[in-house]
Amino acid sequence: MGVGNLKQLTPFVKEAFQQTLFVAKFLCGIHVTNSYICTFALTQGPSMLPTFNLTGDLVLAERLSTRFQKMQRGDVVLMRSPENPRKIVIKRLTGMGGDTVKYVAAHGNNDKQDTIVVPDGHVWIEGDNKFNTNDSRKFGPVPYGLVQGRVFWTVWPPEDFGSVGREVQ
Amino acid sequence: MGTVNFLWNLTKNYFTFGLIGLTLSDRYASIVPVGGISMSPTFNPHDDSSVRSLTRDFVVVEKLCLEKYKFSLGDVVVFSSPTNHKEKNIKRITALPGDLVSTPHYDAVVIPEGHCWVEGDNQAWSLDSRSFGPIPLGLVRGRVTHVVWPPHRFGKVERMTPKSIASF
Repeated sequence: MGVGNLKQLTPFVKEAFQQTLFVAKFLCGIHVTNSYICTFALTQGPSMLPTFNLTGDLVLAERLSTRFQKMQRGDVVLMRSPENPRKIVIKRLTGMGGDTVKYVAAHGNNDKQDTIVVPDGHVWIEGDNKFNTNDSRKFGPVPYGLVQGRVFWTVWPPEDFGSVGREVQ
Repeated sequence: MGTVNFLWNLTKNYFTFGLIGLTLSDRYASIVPVGGISMSPTFNPHDDSSVRSLTRDFVVVEKLCLEKYKFSLGDVVVFSSPTNHKEKNIKRITALPGDLVSTPHYDAVVIPEGHCWVEGDNQAWSLDSRSFGPIPLGLVRGRVTHVVWPPHRFGKVERMTPKSIASF
């Protein structure tokens, strides 16, 4: 009798296994898409005004140009903050390795310009809102390995729906 | 028709396998070979160039630590090189944010917030923080827990503090 019961159960076990596998595959698919192709990100804070709103925009970022080193000056990038690895920040890439970057260290106080050569394998990032941002002008050039993706599309709010350009609007 | 079906199934299986494998290695753990002698004697203790490729150590790198980026002094970590992001290095964390490090090139460095100081166990033969300075913790890609190959060296990678390194 016990064996008969087990035989009856077999299709159910098989079914359950297949369903689990399907869900697992689905989740793996999400993970791979998210970390290798493209991901959503929520902006926050004033540092990228006027490109992104103060209240937070929903943006799409792609991972391919980071992986294949197709980043260009002017791209808006997702980047792991060098000061806090748990935080992802959104800034504009304004200098690649080997570039000479001129920057004003303290906007508002005086307009004294500093010049720096970005070392190889590093990038220079700045917020669009020069007066209220925490960027390379404070912590210097950052290693390319911290760049996580390129923001290319604003999804929300609807009135800003559209691509994110290389120029500050 | 049968061959097409067979090929289609094979492709599908490979794809599924790849998808699941990639996810597991990204989120949980992966096994990577260690090249070079900068971490000798912890990894690759024999410096013999003729057999080096045959006796490379394989290690388990766990990724769960990347959820919180919490590391302890003495952890062995994999990180992308700050000068060339395609290159992965394996070194030991010898100082965490707030610690004071004295080196031959820099006088004394206080590790800034969100950074760490990495050094190879083989001090004489290692390109590490002593030449490129503290690195952001965000570059860390995982923590080495075990050596799995060659079999006679199978074992846990011990967490060592700088003092115990100095006593080698």
